[in-house]
Amino acid sequence: MALAAAALVSGATAEAAKAEETIKVGVLHSLSGTMAISETTLKDVMLMLVEEQNRKGGLLGKKLEAVVVDPASNWPLFAEKARELVSQHKVSAVFGAWTSVSRKSVLPVFKELNSILFYPVQYEGEESERNVFYTGAAPNQQAIPAVDYLAKEEKVERWVLAGTDYVYPRTTNKILEAYLKSKGVKAEDIMISYTPFGHSDWQTIVASIKKFGASGKKTAVVSTINGDANVPFYKELANQGVKATDIPIVAFSVGEEELAGIDTRPLVGHLAAWNYFQSVDTPENKAFIEKWKAYTKNPKRVSNDPMEAHVIGFKMWVKAVEKAGTTEPDKVIDAIVGIKVPNLTGGVSEMLPNHHITKPVLIGEIKEDGQFDTVWQTDDLVAGDAWSKHLDGSKDLIADWQTLKCGNYNTVTKKCGS
Amino acid sequence: MIVLRNITRALVLLIGMASAVLAGPYEDALPNFANDSYAETEAAIGAVAVSGNPLSIDVVEALRDGRLLVGAGQVFVRRTSGELVNAATGQVWGDQTGELKPVRVNNRVRRAVEAALGSLTLLSSDATKRLEAARAVFRSRDETALPTLEKAIAQEGQSRVRNVLESARAAILLSKQDALPMQRLSAVETLRNRGDQEALALLSNLPSNATSEVVAAAGKAADGIRARLAFWEAVQNVWYGISLGSVLLLAAIGLAITFGTMGVINMAHGEMVMLGAYTTFMVQEFIRSQAPSLFGGSLLIALPLAFLVAGSVGVLLERTVIRFLYGRSLETLLATWGISLILQQSVRTIFGPTNREVSTPAWMNGALDVGATSLTYNRIAIVVFAFAVFAILLLVLRYTSLGLYVRAVTQNRRMAGSMGIRTSRIDALAFGLGSGVAGIAGVALSQIDNVSPNLGQGYIIDSFMVVVFGGVGNLWGTLVGAMTLGIANKLLEPYAGAVLGKIVLLIAIIVFIQRRPRGLFALKGRAVEA
Repeated sequence: MALAAAALVSGATAEAAKAEETIKVGVLHSLSGTMAISETTLKDVMLMLVEEQNRKGGLLGKKLEAVVVDPASNWPLFAEKARELVSQHKVSAVFGAWTSVSRKSVLPVFKELNSILFYPVQYEGEESERNVFYTGAAPNQQAIPAVDYLAKEEKVERWVLAGTDYVYPRTTNKILEAYLKSKGVKAEDIMISYTPFGHSDWQTIVASIKKFGASGKKTAVVSTINGDANVPFYKELANQGVKATDIPIVAFSVGEEELAGIDTRPLVGHLAAWNYFQSVDTPENKAFIEKWKAYTKNPKRVSNDPMEAHVIGFKMWVKAVEKAGTTEPDKVIDAIVGIKVPNLTGGVSEMLPNHHITKPVLIGEIKEDGQFDTVWQTDDLVAGDAWSKHLDGSKDLIADWQTLKCGNYNTVTKKCGS
Repeated sequence: MIVLRNITRALVLLIGMASAVLAGPYEDALPNFANDSYAETEAAIGAVAVSGNPLSIDVVEALRDGRLLVGAGQVFVRRTSGELVNAATGQVWGDQTGELKPVRVNNRVRRAVEAALGSLTLLSSDATKRLEAARAVFRSRDETALPTLEKAIAQEGQSRVRNVLESARAAILLSKQDALPMQRLSAVETLRNRGDQEALALLSNLPSNATSEVVAAAGKAADGIRARLAFWEAVQNVWYGISLGSVLLLAAIGLAITFGTMGVINMAHGEMVMLGAYTTFMVQEFIRSQAPSLFGGSLLIALPLAFLVAGSVGVLLERTVIRFLYGRSLETLLATWGISLILQQSVRTIFGPTNREVSTPAWMNGALDVGATSLTYNRIAIVVFAFAVFAILLLVLRYTSLGLYVRAVTQNRRMAGSMGIRTSRIDALAFGLGSGVAGIAGVALSQIDNVSPNLGQGYIIDSFMVVVFGGVGNLWGTLVGAMTLGIANKLLEPYAGAVLGKIVLLIAIIVFIQRRPRGLFALKGRAVEA
């Protein structure tokens, strides 16, 4: 027992000696298992950003060091690996997680150990934690504007909300259903359909979408189908002859990376809503893509929205650390609100008191080469809402970690905590 | 009489168009393409389409294909031959002035293009183009196309095209505000004969000024169509069931040998399927770079290779791991599960975690229309393929010496050994056969699913379910089990939804297995007790 304790102590001092030389940044993305398809890229982006910062002279006079762990698409393992990063490797901040369930799994760890997590993926909202910074889109930065676009530009009157059966699609569809009904869409003009993870036989669903869409009213599909199941879904659509001009599909989880595995010719015209597309024509984006391709030594490598979120998140963290003069989480959490950094689409994103950021909303149509053509975008940046204004349970809630120090302040009862 | 009037109307319109050319609405509309605004592009398409200018078809087709270019305020058409033509004058444009950008299109513009091409190509000499045009007009219900439509119907020689042309006319007449009740009644009749979902939609959304006679006729026609559609929907669900069943059959049939006859709980079975799919990917990559003309046959070339790759991995596994574990099912389960993880991660390391693109050969694209339903060619191919694989495997086990030895060894190992059969060699070959069949299943599944390292995981549970449900050790049981599960799943899905349907089915199987632990077709006799 004593021996073990001694070993621990010596380990800790060695750790501390090392920590004096570098500032550590944790990267918590699955490199194996189902989610590796999406998350491996984000690990590469983080390594590139750290390398770039070091070339600029590091941070607070020290070099940055990325600590990469592999939670293997296993949700409980996410929590263990997060704990390992924070308590063992003493990282100053962690960039990671993809699925909502992995985020929920690591939340208690970050709260308990009081560390910082940057979460880069579009998600269902209804959450705001002191230790987490949400650099992906909240529903009002993706889903709602997409529906508005379809209603206005494509004159859509009938809606299919199709999703994979888990928390993100369920919550998003609940918000969308409430929103559509508030806009006067009748219940019979909304069809909601859920499928299991990795669903591969889409014949029945596509046939029922076709039937639903043949009523004479313009129909669109709002898809929250999770990454992997999309390929067979789009293949079936193409085979059954559902064209974007007849029934457009707007997807919230299909980006450049996902399209890389599909023959996109039959999909031309289907839509996706994001806050970034690789095809966006700005000098910042051009420079980023050049760096990225050079770093990965792959001229065909694509970039996507969660990558941009990490770029923004990392730059914000760097600025906040410089402002606070330390990497101590409490100081950084206070310093980061209000920090502004340029995003890759030509605007300047700001960290808000609710720990979400401002982003532009872009609607893109799939092109033949697997890229997106931006057909519409918001004039200004949209501030992310932690709590949806369209759900009964959450419309009175606000999150403010600057003045109220609360993630779920009820504006009616004037109390923190629901 | 009506025809005559319409012809005169068409003539008047044509003359109007001719004079319009002189006034130059075509030339006026062209610069609007250069404004990079979808609304203006859409308006320009409309103007170009009715201008009557002979170049207008070229312009609209070029826009559809991304060959309409703008630069320096001028609009150009890049012909498919590669030469650049000035859209305003039709003259070949030799020297490139400045940078040319294609006119951007979105869905709205694409719809306008379709509608415009519909009215522009109704009189085309190419029958498939006329058919496309008729369908486009049916969808757009563009009243201005009516005169051209009448002319096209009058001179149409092919009944298939004429049917679509007539239903397009019916669609326009039904929704046209000033159509006569007589015209509407005949339109209802045409749509009733068409009898599909779109016709039903038109019949249920009559304009407000329709007479009661028309409303009654439309209601009756709609009821008839509904009954017809309900019948075809049932047919369609059964077909979907067969097609899902054949996918299950393909995935499970290899397992029916390794698990069913040999009794090895092979958790790495799904990875054999995945190896087959990756072999297909490699073959396609090779063909694409070396011999693109062979692409249509890429799947046929991939089949034997996938069998060899997955089969030899299977033999290797059997020789190095599984043969030491016969009779110890728990250890086999753990060992093969470990192997499946190793295989997955190796593929992930070699090919990367992202999906690989396996293309569908042209002959497997599209759908065959049968009655009011459409059967997609790739599903038809898979159903045929699954049954062919099943038949071949059945014949191999029944009529070849290998099949005889396999059956002998699995029924009574010691007796077979004393008859001079090298049992351990037969074990390896049988395992190789099962894995090889899983490999060729991978070729088929690469057409409908992701080719990713996780491909096999999605099928392993279903495969075991099919084999256990059908009855262990019986190929026919696997066939019946796969089809029953497939059809039951697809009949449940429209009512219960995909998630609940699957749950209901799983519960049904649990209950069934409790009643009949040996599955549908239980083996009887000494082999069972052994």
